[in-house]
Amino acid sequence: MLNLENVNIFYKELQAIWSVSLNVQKGEIVALIGPNGAGKTTLLRVISGLHRCASGKIDFLGRQIEKEAPEKIVEYGLSQVPEGGKIFTGMSVLENLELGAFVKRARKEKNQNLEWVYEIFPRLAERKSQQAGTLSGGERQMLAIGRALMSKPQLLMLDEPSFGLAPILVERMFETIEKINHEGLTIFLVEQNVQSSLELAHRAYLLENGRIVGEGKGKDLLTFESVRSSYLG
Amino acid sequence: MLQSLGQNLVFGLLVGALYGLVALGLSLIFGVTKFLNVAHGELVMFGGYASFYAFSMLGLDPFLSIPLTIIILFVLGAILYRLVFSRTIKLPEESKIKNTLLVAFGLSVIFQNLALRFFTADERGITTSYFSQAFTLGGVRFPLPKVAILVVTVIFLIILQLILKKTYTGKAIRATTQNWEAASLMGIDIHKVYLLSFAMGAALAGVAGTLVAVNYSIQPSMGLGWTMKALIVMVLGGLGNIPGTIIGGLILGLTESTTSFFISSNYREVAGLVLFLLVLIFRPQGLFGSKEA
Repeated sequence: MLNLENVNIFYKELQAIWSVSLNVQKGEIVALIGPNGAGKTTLLRVISGLHRCASGKIDFLGRQIEKEAPEKIVEYGLSQVPEGGKIFTGMSVLENLELGAFVKRARKEKNQNLEWVYEIFPRLAERKSQQAGTLSGGERQMLAIGRALMSKPQLLMLDEPSFGLAPILVERMFETIEKINHEGLTIFLVEQNVQSSLELAHRAYLLENGRIVGEGKGKDLLTFESVRSSYLG
Repeated sequence: MLQSLGQNLVFGLLVGALYGLVALGLSLIFGVTKFLNVAHGELVMFGGYASFYAFSMLGLDPFLSIPLTIIILFVLGAILYRLVFSRTIKLPEESKIKNTLLVAFGLSVIFQNLALRFFTADERGITTSYFSQAFTLGGVRFPLPKVAILVVTVIFLIILQLILKKTYTGKAIRATTQNWEAASLMGIDIHKVYLLSFAMGAALAGVAGTLVAVNYSIQPSMGLGWTMKALIVMVLGGLGNIPGTIIGGLILGLTESTTSFFISSNYREVAGLVLFLLVLIFRPQGLFGSKEA
């Protein structure tokens, strides 16, 4: 579904990503784990079209997307939940969700999608007319995911969905991600929460200093020596 | 005494509405794109000339020609964005403000000279039969052209708010203002949003130009004065705050009129600038701006 081939990315003059190749197959949950500053967010930004790669190929559903504008990539069915959610705090919850359905393809099915999102996150239905800025951290993250789901994506990319959440909420967040995946959505997850994401993911890549240094089934990577020593202590 | 104070306050409010309208376009553009378009006053001037020529050559009533003026300035704004301002869009916010300030200053000089060349340096104005009419309320005169300022400003404030709050395009503009990255992840073409906001801001300047031509006079060098007023009002109202901008305009109008009443009309402009400084010192986010916005 998503295929990256030898992607090199520069951030200002510094090379942030070195010849990264990875793929995500339909129906999978794939995790990209690695320490802070490894280049995980940069990689997601490039896939979404917010930042350009210097070289390499990115293929999504048979289309070359490495030179496409972000709005086209959303239209093709790839949606990203950015780091920290980046919800529109000055707007109501409902307006946030409506904006999620901005692309033409999704606008037609807005009402069905809204029902679907409310089903996944009943809390958002309760708060729909509230200003998004008044939501709690967990609710904001729900809104950010719900907003991305409103575009009815085929592939959902999540950048640190557990960031800043209390442990109980993190657990619930991962359960939700699993549930969304069971409904047929493919998921590419970037996380620092290594234990939970490796338990959740079918496959995972380990990114360090801009390079893929490990790859395997989620549960196998949990026993991977360098992962154990670096992240799980 | 009391009556003439009342008269002064009413005039202050009506003129203040015009200040608000001039600043509205500037504020919309700044809020969305972070462009500090100091050539805004020149756009007001072009709007004034558009309605003047529609009146003198086509015989169109200045209020009926407002849609025409809007179209002309909208297209001009779109061209300006495409040719000039879009080149600064990728810069970080601070250098974007500085660069557009310089670029726009250059443009304002070019526009003034073009106007001088094609419209001549003569002062122009529009006068129609009903302009000298006025009604009196509680001893205070309300001249129709000045009342028209308030009516037109309120109409365009409402139109703008409806566009921003109710339409998908308007929501895209607000989303881009709040967070352009998240907006583009929603599938919003932010370059289109920038172009549209700039063109809309220019169109609003055009409407204000019509009101200036009707109430005062227009000439090629008028722009800077209006840009100054708009900047003061924008800071008073809080950067990018739409309703705050109109209220900021009213406050500036009232400050000027009370100053000329109690002190001297020589100090009108000074009062506005003092107000500007006081707000910058004590409430830099503007009277109605929140720190977050």
